[in-house]
Amino acid sequence: MVERSPFLRVLAHLVLILGVLVVAFPLYVTFVASTQTAAEILQTPMSLLPGSHLIENYTAALQGTGDGAASNAPVGRMMMVSLITALVIAVGKIVISLLSAFAIVYFRFPFRMFFFWAIFVTLMLPVEVRIGPTYAVVASLGMLNTYAGLTVPLIASATATFLFRQFFLTVPDELVEAARIDSAGPMRFFKDILVPLSTTSIAALFVIQFIYGWNQYLWPLLVTTNESMYPVVIGIKRMISGGDAATDWNIVMATAVLAMIPPALVVMLMQRWFVKGLVDTEK
Amino acid sequence: MASISLRNVVKRYRTGKTELQVIHGVSAEVADGEFIVIVGPSGCGKSTLLRMVAGLEEISNGQICIGGKVVNDLEPSERDIAMVFQNYALYPHMSVFENMAYGLKIAKVPADEIKTRVDKAARILEIGAFLQRRPRELSGGQRQRVAMGRAIVRQPKVFLFDEPLSNLDAKLRAKTRLEIQKLHRELGITSLFVTHDQVEAMTLAQRMIVMNAGVMEQFGTPEEVYTRPATTFVASFIGSPPMNLLKNAPDAQPGTITGIRPEHLDITATGWALQVEAVEMLGAERLVYGRWAHGSADELVIIRTEESHAIPTLGSTIYATPRPGKRHSFDAVSGQRRETLP
Repeated sequence: MVERSPFLRVLAHLVLILGVLVVAFPLYVTFVASTQTAAEILQTPMSLLPGSHLIENYTAALQGTGDGAASNAPVGRMMMVSLITALVIAVGKIVISLLSAFAIVYFRFPFRMFFFWAIFVTLMLPVEVRIGPTYAVVASLGMLNTYAGLTVPLIASATATFLFRQFFLTVPDELVEAARIDSAGPMRFFKDILVPLSTTSIAALFVIQFIYGWNQYLWPLLVTTNESMYPVVIGIKRMISGGDAATDWNIVMATAVLAMIPPALVVMLMQRWFVKGLVDTEK
Repeated sequence: MASISLRNVVKRYRTGKTELQVIHGVSAEVADGEFIVIVGPSGCGKSTLLRMVAGLEEISNGQICIGGKVVNDLEPSERDIAMVFQNYALYPHMSVFENMAYGLKIAKVPADEIKTRVDKAARILEIGAFLQRRPRELSGGQRQRVAMGRAIVRQPKVFLFDEPLSNLDAKLRAKTRLEIQKLHRELGITSLFVTHDQVEAMTLAQRMIVMNAGVMEQFGTPEEVYTRPATTFVASFIGSPPMNLLKNAPDAQPGTITGIRPEHLDITATGWALQVEAVEMLGAERLVYGRWAHGSADELVIIRTEESHAIPTLGSTIYATPRPGKRHSFDAVSGQRRETLP
């Protein structure tokens, strides 16, 4: 700020503090609730100080030993399903996008532009739009309640292909030519030069796609009917019973906190990569 | 070690139905171990020609031979060449050592041999101290050396240089020019060097190819190109300031252009009457721009005189006399050289 008026500084801080509160307070409540007993949560007003049942609640959630009226599936298992799903989606997308962008940018083949536009068009068709036919296909292929069913339809997407295409277009032609003179074949060039140069983009995409995969709700809701294949996001929903039956809110909140940890970890750990990549990359 | 033959080499680009021919049949024989400079203004096709020798551009017509073998259909890696690019094209994520070793690694040269070769090249180019650094940690001149090092370690039959000095500052360029000459003397590898800078061309070349608009205008030693330019283009492109090309010189045959270099005109008591338009001081010498009145077809004549001579006053009339045997006669239509006038 150019103006140094005390009033504006106070105002700025006030706005920022307000913002932090709006974002952080629900998280805090979730955490507090996950350390209390189910009965304590239901008191009005609910205590905003952490209770003494932290370990108890989290163990119950992870092992599925709660006595809620709805689903009591072990969260440990769900976390595993979510983790595998998110990893397969993230890695799968990156691998496929890298290869298809490589093909589109560096090779001349018949109908190249057709394929390029075909990929482009899929951008307009997110899972939610094509969910009916996709479900029919996945179901008739017998992929319900499988990792394949959870991941494959989500892997096909154009965003990442575009990102890599744009990046590859900025790689100077001379590098390709230098590699040709060094007798590096196309795949060798891809592996030794293109992929190392794309590290930053790959790291960025991994974070975005991991969180995208982890937070999938609608699609897993359709293709998983078996408790052992629930991702954790679905698990939370299934724990909340409708109607008059009691919900173990302490266990639900513990699950919610657990579900938040991996994406947060990925962001925090990969952030260092981001920065390193941003500083390092030079074409 | 290898000779290079270009036989009626043609390059055409096809975009849709229209064809654009950028190289119009270039033929040249380069002997083993020669240092050839290809020089011309931008867009004359000199880089394209080099890239065709490298195998980075297809040859539309004609033949290119390296070491007596037709290489038209060979991949760049099979032609036994090494190339130094204008922007060096170093792999940014690899260290200097890895950059130089990459081609050898792919060729499955044993690791200890790679090390010996890279170390040797690094010693020649004095880049041993930063073998472990990344290209971005190097200065422009150092990167340029690494690019040359990468070419040397391959021990190719032919070196190709695509304007490798144009990204260096003037001082470094002069220094690197000398180093390239020294390197060529030591290694004796046939080299093609593309540049748009005539000073580079004159100083480096054993023989030079002057190109214009996809046509080879002249192929000869710098001496020949300077003293006996084959066309008016060569006459005006090589030499700074360029040769005076006069349409209305006295005692010239009709239909010819008379060429005379600025340093071959002396200011004398009688001779061609010129009105002084401008005088430029260049240090050791001075350029005098004189207008030669021909009514509607005025011509500007440049005279190069020594700094010790008296400065002509602007607007005054001076008289210039060409030195004997230094006037060139060109055909006014084709621009081709006819003869040296007495």
